[in-house]
Amino acid sequence: MSAGQRKVSKWALHTTLVVLAMITLVPYAWLIIASLKGQDDFFSAIFLPPGDGVFGIGWDKLSLDNYRNLFDLGFSVNLVNSVFYSATTALFATLICAATGFVLAKHQFRGRNLITLVVLGALIVPPTLLLAPGYELLYDLGLLDSAWGLLLPLIAPAFGVFLFRQAVIQSVPDELLEAARIDGCSEWSIFFIVVLPLVRPMIGAFMLITFLGMWNNFISPQIVLQSADKQPLSVAISQLRGVYKTDYGLLTAATVVSVLPVAALFLFLQKQFISGLTSGAVKG
Amino acid sequence: MSSGGIDRKRVLFSWAMLAPFLALFVVFVVYPLIQSAFLAANQTFGPGTRTFVGTKNFELLLSDPVFWKSIRNTFIYAMGSLFIQLPIAFLLALALNSPKLKGRGIYRLIFFSPQLMGLVFVSILGALAFEKRAGLINQALDAARINDLLVWLTGNDAWLEPDWLQQHVMATLILISLWLYVGFNMIYFLAALQSVDKSLMEAAEIDGAGPWGKLRHVVFPSVKPVATFVILLSMIGSLQLFELPYILLESSGGPDNKGLTIVMYLYQNGFDLGDLGFASAIGWVLALILIGLALVQVKLTRAQEVSS
Repeated sequence: MSAGQRKVSKWALHTTLVVLAMITLVPYAWLIIASLKGQDDFFSAIFLPPGDGVFGIGWDKLSLDNYRNLFDLGFSVNLVNSVFYSATTALFATLICAATGFVLAKHQFRGRNLITLVVLGALIVPPTLLLAPGYELLYDLGLLDSAWGLLLPLIAPAFGVFLFRQAVIQSVPDELLEAARIDGCSEWSIFFIVVLPLVRPMIGAFMLITFLGMWNNFISPQIVLQSADKQPLSVAISQLRGVYKTDYGLLTAATVVSVLPVAALFLFLQKQFISGLTSGAVKG
Repeated sequence: MSSGGIDRKRVLFSWAMLAPFLALFVVFVVYPLIQSAFLAANQTFGPGTRTFVGTKNFELLLSDPVFWKSIRNTFIYAMGSLFIQLPIAFLLALALNSPKLKGRGIYRLIFFSPQLMGLVFVSILGALAFEKRAGLINQALDAARINDLLVWLTGNDAWLEPDWLQQHVMATLILISLWLYVGFNMIYFLAALQSVDKSLMEAAEIDGAGPWGKLRHVVFPSVKPVATFVILLSMIGSLQLFELPYILLESSGGPDNKGLTIVMYLYQNGFDLGDLGFASAIGWVLALILIGLALVQVKLTRAQEVSS
């Protein structure tokens, strides 16, 4: 390739990337501005409404009214629910999966291979197959429309056991466990003091993935929970759309409120998330 | 203490650690899985009202044109993922793989960011953005005069203000999923590209391989395992598409069921109409499709390992 050609292809690459980045980012700008606009201004401008402010923009037409209306409708309850469901699921799923993964990786007892096989086999069961019988089970147990009914089926995911089993095999040497035993460590303190710190990267990644998974989970709470005051944001927002279909300001504000906490959390913990994401696919 | 005592203690500990998982797993996975087989042979009107119907659910299912429509829609969407979304994701990863590229960390974050919004909230944003009158898409097309161009090209006035959610449902679904998933899959490809052996690349260069030769003989073979994994993951996700069309089309299948997917069809029958038996039958058909796909993938990977 000549220097001229190289320059052209470099320029083309950068232009394409910038255009694609714009396509990715513009919807965010639209969303945030829309959440600040009044209903009439949706038809007068795509983005900021025209007016006599600086840059010919009607800054005075922007307000937090949509957010006020949203919280007057009781949306804060759903926000609290989402935080509670996601945090609980992340915490318990991590503890349960780490304990199970560790024992399956490092302990010898009868039935271990069978359990490992069944857990790995469960990975191919599509969750949609369990929707109907799972609903019937919750009905029989009297757990419909309760937080228990939502959370209990979700805090012991087989894929979490798989991930922690792998992590323990990779980063916990047998010699270390033996040494700890010789030093008089109990099995419980070996798990909490020796093993958990060694698989800390997986704990971070898995907690984040389960937290996000629960935050964005729609079908489970949609099926299990009927009372409006028990629903998480995902279900609440879809019902909001059913009622206030054309209230763009309200719906965009609800979207911003639903997404902001998670986006902030991610920006803090980006590295762990991405490494957790690819841990199943690529080693290292 | 005898060593037998220690062994027993350790076994007890093992089972104590396993107990929470096993209890939940048996109750909420194994038991429902067994029940789903029984349910599929029953008709229900809400939970706890079974009537045995044998294989009738499957007969009804396979003769229902709505089911076949849902299969068709779901596969169109999956093909969109396979032939549009994944190639774009791979090209983006290639573009971002050069360490000399300025701002690649920022680009990576930007392209990945829609994933953070989550499917449900992206669906709400998509529903608003593709709205006919005030939506971002139509207003932008209007501002850029693209709708005039489309009218001129097609000779159809409907393109002046296209009704995405009613008339072009599948295209809208695929477009939104591009925005949402391209960056997500790009991350996997990037990770794979970064693990390509540098000495192999250098050897190819010394052998006089051009950019295309390097891509074909070095990059493709080393990315293949991750690529098959990403394809499988993407197919499994695509075939279970639910939230996006459910929210865009407000829990219906859209006009003439244009946007009905297999899981939506399952949901409508099981939870809108209360026939959990029929829903289980649909669940089994979907499960068989997915397991079939996974087996094909395993076979392909095995064949690769043997040949290399």
